[in-house]
Amino acid sequence: MKVMLFKRLLQLITVIWGVGTLTFILMRSLPGDMAYRIAASRYGQDNVDSQAAALVREELKLDQSALTAYWHWLTDLMQLKLGDSLVSGLPVIDTVQHMLGHSLLLAFAGLIVSVLIAVPLGLLSAWRGNPLDSILMGLSSVIRSMPVFVIGVLFILLFALNWNLFPVAGFGSPAHLVLPAITLALSLAAVSNRVVRDSAKKTFQSAFYQFSQVKGLSLWQTFRRHGARNIALPVVAFFGIQLVSMIEGIVMIESLFSWPGIGHGLAHAIFARDIPVIQGSALMMGILFVLLNTLVDIICLWIDPRGVKNQ
Amino acid sequence: MKMRSSQWLGLGILLSLLAFSVLGVSFSPYSMSEQNLNAIMEAPSAVHWLGTDQYGRSMLTRMAHAVGLSFALSLMCMLTSSIVGTAFGVWAAWGGKKVDSVLGVVVNILLALPGLVVVLLFAAIVPGSFLMLYLAISLVQWVEYFRVVRAITQGVIQSPARQSSAMMGFGRWYQFKRHIWPAISPSVFTLAAFGGASAILTMASLGFVYVGIQPPLAELGLMTVELFPYYSDAPWLLAQPLVVIALMVFAFHLLAGKRA
Repeated sequence: MKVMLFKRLLQLITVIWGVGTLTFILMRSLPGDMAYRIAASRYGQDNVDSQAAALVREELKLDQSALTAYWHWLTDLMQLKLGDSLVSGLPVIDTVQHMLGHSLLLAFAGLIVSVLIAVPLGLLSAWRGNPLDSILMGLSSVIRSMPVFVIGVLFILLFALNWNLFPVAGFGSPAHLVLPAITLALSLAAVSNRVVRDSAKKTFQSAFYQFSQVKGLSLWQTFRRHGARNIALPVVAFFGIQLVSMIEGIVMIESLFSWPGIGHGLAHAIFARDIPVIQGSALMMGILFVLLNTLVDIICLWIDPRGVKNQ
Repeated sequence: MKMRSSQWLGLGILLSLLAFSVLGVSFSPYSMSEQNLNAIMEAPSAVHWLGTDQYGRSMLTRMAHAVGLSFALSLMCMLTSSIVGTAFGVWAAWGGKKVDSVLGVVVNILLALPGLVVVLLFAAIVPGSFLMLYLAISLVQWVEYFRVVRAITQGVIQSPARQSSAMMGFGRWYQFKRHIWPAISPSVFTLAAFGGASAILTMASLGFVYVGIQPPLAELGLMTVELFPYYSDAPWLLAQPLVVIALMVFAFHLLAGKRA
């Protein structure tokens, strides 16, 4: 447990350092005089003069040497001083907090729906075998071949534009959450239902499982006492691996559905070259990644207290 | 290496897409950005085999360029990341504790962030640059090869066959060719096929959120966004990039065969 938490803490520090360094390089590699550029995006192209640029240079301490600037950059970051957006002028921390709430909502909704899809289907196809198993296998491969945004585009075309069931994009009402969440869920479930199936099949065929039925337990009792926990472990551990695709899915889906979350914010900030927001949203995404990973580790330990082999 | 029929099918799809791209680029009478505003959003016809887009540009030419770009990127990333990943993987397993722990730290730094976020940050440094995309995707992908190759090589190094080979005085290169490469090559090929698919997906994803390759260049993800507003007038246009992305990824997955 302690070793695991320590590892995750190291990962957290690496995330902060990595994001900080990359955005610092980004800041330094903006073409032209940085002060003029930032002043231009802040006050508009027409209002830039040397005075405005000097003001910006003073405020952001742009005339330091690269190394001192880098040091300041990192120490600011460690204290979570993220600065203000270059475009809107609002504090990044507020913007990011606002976006984080929406992303978490989407992530958890997607996760729950994907569990609701993957677990019953996986169990069923392990239980019943062919032809259901083969059909699901084919369906999973087809969905897995499509990038998340293709699934999303298809959903928009069908459910939003063709049948007018759900709003195309935006947020505010629960109806807005339906399509993004289902898109995310489907892309996750396409892989995880196979993992549930493999794990369930292994458990159903194991000697201890068959013995418990031989000794007279009902199907349901066997499943509850001997099946659930054994099946769950690989599935939860796999979720840790799948986190990467979940975060990537969030970036794509938020951009597609104009969902005001971190991924949408990151893509927009990159497009506008709004470096503090890029840094803030990439950082939040990294921290989210580490926290969810830690959560998965803890759940795995709880399911199997003997301690899991780390993959 | 023996291939199963599904792998041949995957290879076949990929080769025909590649042929489509090469033939389309070299024989099409239109250029990628040649506009004809008198003939916008036309259905496929004898003049424009795949129709024309919202500026009257030939879709066949644009698709051929886009497919070519995707292939170029995925092949370059595949080659770079597999060579770098395999080399470092073998080095980490064979080069002693120090090398192993240094490389381990580097890998952990790269794995701390989700791949797409790393690629997005790199793409932000030089927007719309193919080279930057290539570097960023390869940087993310070599880690996979490294981990698998290192794990397998560690076992081979300990094997009696490799050790007696070393004692008989064969050089390192011979030992690598004779003992290590046969053990790792199936995994490297599988990883390469999956890597090719994910490089294509990543580039399309970046194009889709508008931070990848910039217009007027043709790129599959970018074309999806550009054609999306015209879905009801010209659904066949939007369908083309979507179908081709899915087909390419599916073919790479078929080629990969078993799960890595």
